[in-house]
Amino acid sequence: MKDFIIPQFAPGDDRDMGTPARNGAPVSLTIDGFEVVVPEGTSVMRAAFEAGIEVPKLCASDNMEAFGSCRLCVVEIEGRRGTPASCTTPVTEGMIVHTQSAKVRKIRKGVMELYISDHPLDCLTCAANGDCELQDAAGQVGLRDVRYTPGDNHFDPSGTGARSQSEARLRGGVQANPQFTPKDESNPYFTYDPSKCIVCSRCVRACEEVQGTFALTIEGRGFDSRVSAGAGFDNFLSSDCVSCGACVQACPTATLQEKSVAELGTPTRSVITTCAYCGVGCSFKAEMNGDTLVRMVPYKHGKANRGHSCVKGRFAYGYASHKDRILNPMIRDTIDEPWREVSWDEALSFAANRMKNIQAKHGRRSVGVITSSRCTNEETYLVQKLTRAVFGNNNTDTCARVCHSPTGYGLGRTFGTSAGTQDFDSVEQTDVVLIIGANPTDGHPVFASRLKKRLREGAKLIVVDPRRTDIVRSAHVEAQYHLPLRPGTNVAVVSAMAHVIVTEGLMDEAYIRDRCDWDEFQHYAEFISDPRHAPEATEALTGVPAADLRAAARLFATGGNGAIYYGLGVTEHSQGSTTVMSIANLAMLTGNIGRPGVGVNPLRGQNNVQGACDMGSFPHELPGYRHVKLPDVRAIFEKAWGVEIDSEPGLRIPNMLDAAVEGTFKGLYCQGEDILQSDPDTHHVAAGLRAMECVIVHDLFLNETANYAHVFLPGSSFLEKDGTFTNAERRINRVRKVMQPRNGYEDWEVTQMLANAMGAGWHYTHPSQIMEEIAATTPSFAGVSYERLEELGSVQWPCNEAAPTGTPLMHVDGFMSGKGHFVITEYVATDERTGPRFPLLLTTGRILSQYNVGAQTRRTENTVWHDQDVLEIHPHDAEVRGINDGDWVRLASRAGETTLMVKLTDRVAPGVVYTTFHHPATQANVVTTDFSDWATNCPEYKVTAVQVSPSNGPSDWQERYNEQAERSRRILSAAE
Amino acid sequence: MLEHAPAPAAPSPAAEEIRDVVRPFMGLEGPLLPMLHAIQEVWGHVPQAAVPVLADLLNLGRAEVHGVISFYHDFRDHPAGKRVLKICRAEACQAVGGTGVAQAVLDRLGVDWHGTTPDGAVTVEPVYCLGLCACGPAAMLDGRVIGRIDADRIAAELGVSA
Repeated sequence: MKDFIIPQFAPGDDRDMGTPARNGAPVSLTIDGFEVVVPEGTSVMRAAFEAGIEVPKLCASDNMEAFGSCRLCVVEIEGRRGTPASCTTPVTEGMIVHTQSAKVRKIRKGVMELYISDHPLDCLTCAANGDCELQDAAGQVGLRDVRYTPGDNHFDPSGTGARSQSEARLRGGVQANPQFTPKDESNPYFTYDPSKCIVCSRCVRACEEVQGTFALTIEGRGFDSRVSAGAGFDNFLSSDCVSCGACVQACPTATLQEKSVAELGTPTRSVITTCAYCGVGCSFKAEMNGDTLVRMVPYKHGKANRGHSCVKGRFAYGYASHKDRILNPMIRDTIDEPWREVSWDEALSFAANRMKNIQAKHGRRSVGVITSSRCTNEETYLVQKLTRAVFGNNNTDTCARVCHSPTGYGLGRTFGTSAGTQDFDSVEQTDVVLIIGANPTDGHPVFASRLKKRLREGAKLIVVDPRRTDIVRSAHVEAQYHLPLRPGTNVAVVSAMAHVIVTEGLMDEAYIRDRCDWDEFQHYAEFISDPRHAPEATEALTGVPAADLRAAARLFATGGNGAIYYGLGVTEHSQGSTTVMSIANLAMLTGNIGRPGVGVNPLRGQNNVQGACDMGSFPHELPGYRHVKLPDVRAIFEKAWGVEIDSEPGLRIPNMLDAAVEGTFKGLYCQGEDILQSDPDTHHVAAGLRAMECVIVHDLFLNETANYAHVFLPGSSFLEKDGTFTNAERRINRVRKVMQPRNGYEDWEVTQMLANAMGAGWHYTHPSQIMEEIAATTPSFAGVSYERLEELGSVQWPCNEAAPTGTPLMHVDGFMSGKGHFVITEYVATDERTGPRFPLLLTTGRILSQYNVGAQTRRTENTVWHDQDVLEIHPHDAEVRGINDGDWVRLASRAGETTLMVKLTDRVAPGVVYTTFHHPATQANVVTTDFSDWATNCPEYKVTAVQVSPSNGPSDWQERYNEQAERSRRILSAAE
Repeated sequence: MLEHAPAPAAPSPAAEEIRDVVRPFMGLEGPLLPMLHAIQEVWGHVPQAAVPVLADLLNLGRAEVHGVISFYHDFRDHPAGKRVLKICRAEACQAVGGTGVAQAVLDRLGVDWHGTTPDGAVTVEPVYCLGLCACGPAAMLDGRVIGRIDADRIAAELGVSA
């Protein structure tokens, strides 16, 4: 069952076909005299739509199963009695259908008349005017009158028999109508108006089938039936609703309606673009009135999201027009001064001169760049080109350093490519899902919805996570095994699973012999069979019961298609790269690479982390993961760019900061990233930034890093630029400009102006030209062009001569590197240990409504769900410390301390505490240490030994920091 | 919730008490309805506190549990009077004068449908067919069916003076 898949449409055609597509054998039938051939299992309604014949409908929509409740879609079928609903009737060979007989017309008109007898006649003043399926259907059936006299109804608040709410207001509230329920406005983004509801159940079904949250129901029965969020005592905000917007999209009336549409009117044009939040990379239609964004609607042909969305992409775009956005360039001589607003020319020449002077004084390698995983591929490419071609060094790094750099390293070593192996559709064919260190319902919600759907269909689930995340148990989904390991013991747990599989002979030997290096495997098998890797031996260390671990390993090895999804809970450890390789070993052992339904799938944190890595943001790699030491690779770029490229790898972010403190690194161009808040050990980051002579921050907002900057270049939001993002499935999606940049320039233009101020002489006029340069220099992108993207919607790299339409699945006929490599993965405990002073382990993460450092989401209404970071602690740990729920506590580690509110929960095990890092007021990273992955320096965010104690207010450090931040954000406007 | 009468304050049972009552039904296929009946048996109604407890035990959404409870008029959200009288209002009973009998009973007790007498003695509810069509008008008092009712017979059954 592929409910989201709507295959055979021209781009831009997003008509609702009524019921989901099917994949059966062809069946031919006749509808209104036209012959139609459709797959077996297709509904008569969908077959009619395929033939271009629209059957009136209200309760049917093609992203959910047919329901058959509205009775508007009735048809006549020759040889059958009565008038069956076309949505619930499957086609049969030779069937002859009439959608427009006198009989069905009469029935439809009667049904519609009944609907309208309990619906207000406020069409002209209704927020859904022109965008209302009830209105459309009334038109289609030719409703000309409603003969019922006003009786019991849900829409007339006055109870005076008024036919519309506006009329009821005029008549006055003489007699209240007990059936009338006022609007629920508790959700910040949409309203629920029961008086307009026709009880078609589309919202309830969307919440269940598409989103998988089960937050809505129909309460009561018969005439009393109403949609209810949660139980009777709930409203939308207090219910389980996660505000994904699926119900709003499903609603055929104005019952569930975006507040933005109510305020701004129905949109008149739309542009298809890509969400700028997480690595799922959902396609959206940005619906506009002129240059005003009215709403974001998930695009049903988006191949990552298949028409679904989450609260961030769907609603949290308000930051782009937030008053905090900086729209003019600013400079200052020292960071103690207030900012001065200046012209672009002045800012750019100020920046260029400073950088040149630094290089003249301290050498070519004393400056560098940080590329952004939130900017486009083209912008990222230009930023790394800036350092390589203009600065003349390889000092480029990106925020992937602090999240998925171990993925690049680990998968590169074992499979030969630094990316996930599947597309998201693959989950629909998975039988056993193993999630390690990822929290998809919060971090990658749209993927989580697709995963939950598969789990409800019967796939099994194993979750390896120190916390009991929502995916472990939520309505209609329950993990078969949750292995709550102690933070920092990932390698021991994954190795123990491999131990069970190898020693019990559950591996897929034929696959290994065929696809992998057999000698390496034998060496690995000998290593992993050692009793020290047995679950019984590691239980004391990992805290995972041996019996559960054995059972989980057996399930994964024998349960059919096994897919592994992992996140930052794997990578952000001192053994991050080792864990990635142990995961790859596990997948190869069980033969789970190279077909649909299996694979190793990193869930990427930011929208373009994959792209930023692909584009050569790392100091040792040119675009396409090719080492700068290789002369033939350098030659390609030297020829294209007309410069000589430094053969020495450059500095990583932590090295840049170390070098800055030592005084050898003096200038930094940081695009769209807030290293002060997001990188570990805030004190050290601040010291590094403070030691630099020229910090150029290019961002939407005066972020925390900008407190230490000398030049601020205003950035443009994803709505204001053209380009591409690459999501976690290697899918290159177009980002399209829906409005002019509010700051005047798209980000790639700003980078180009800075380069030219330093004498580069670049002259790109459109990002498509940058993509042409990428395609010309990078083999895995050779076939990518804006024309191709226009034609196909999106492509997954590698896209080249061998795969002109891209590569949804990797390693199908063998590994990219020839043979798959088993790597020895010895568990080595982190140096960060608990002790008497710091007895608890802190692990960090994110939540659904906020994103990363919160620069965007904190500036939206999403703060109603999460207005501050809180510390989760087990009640036992709280009790011995005399801490109650909601208390203010001090969280301290060897690196630093902060204060925040505490929440008691048994989601975390005793000995483990958890918090998020979305709010600068908390600065969770003051506490995290500078330990990092041995191979890639990815910081160990997920393990910090801490102590928690009662506190009565912000720490001294927080107060000092806030004071400094406030001072540093002063702006003198140009006029002064 | 569909409110028909102001809910008298009822003590809310603790989650653990609710769990103890429904635990025997955990093994059943489709255990929600038997659980709700058991709860109503013990407390005389289905307290709101039961909704999150049942949702958690059965791994359902709170909304789903609420949907089921509110669908069945038999499940009440507040305790009834000491005795519950259900009078049939379905077609067969109407055809033999059920409407008039029902009205007379309501008048005599001084309550409306779903109402409880001020002394808390009797709650009157409509019911749609008791399967006793041959002996209509029919009623059910505390689970016991009575055929061929009239206002006097009901008054006698209830021990109410005429």
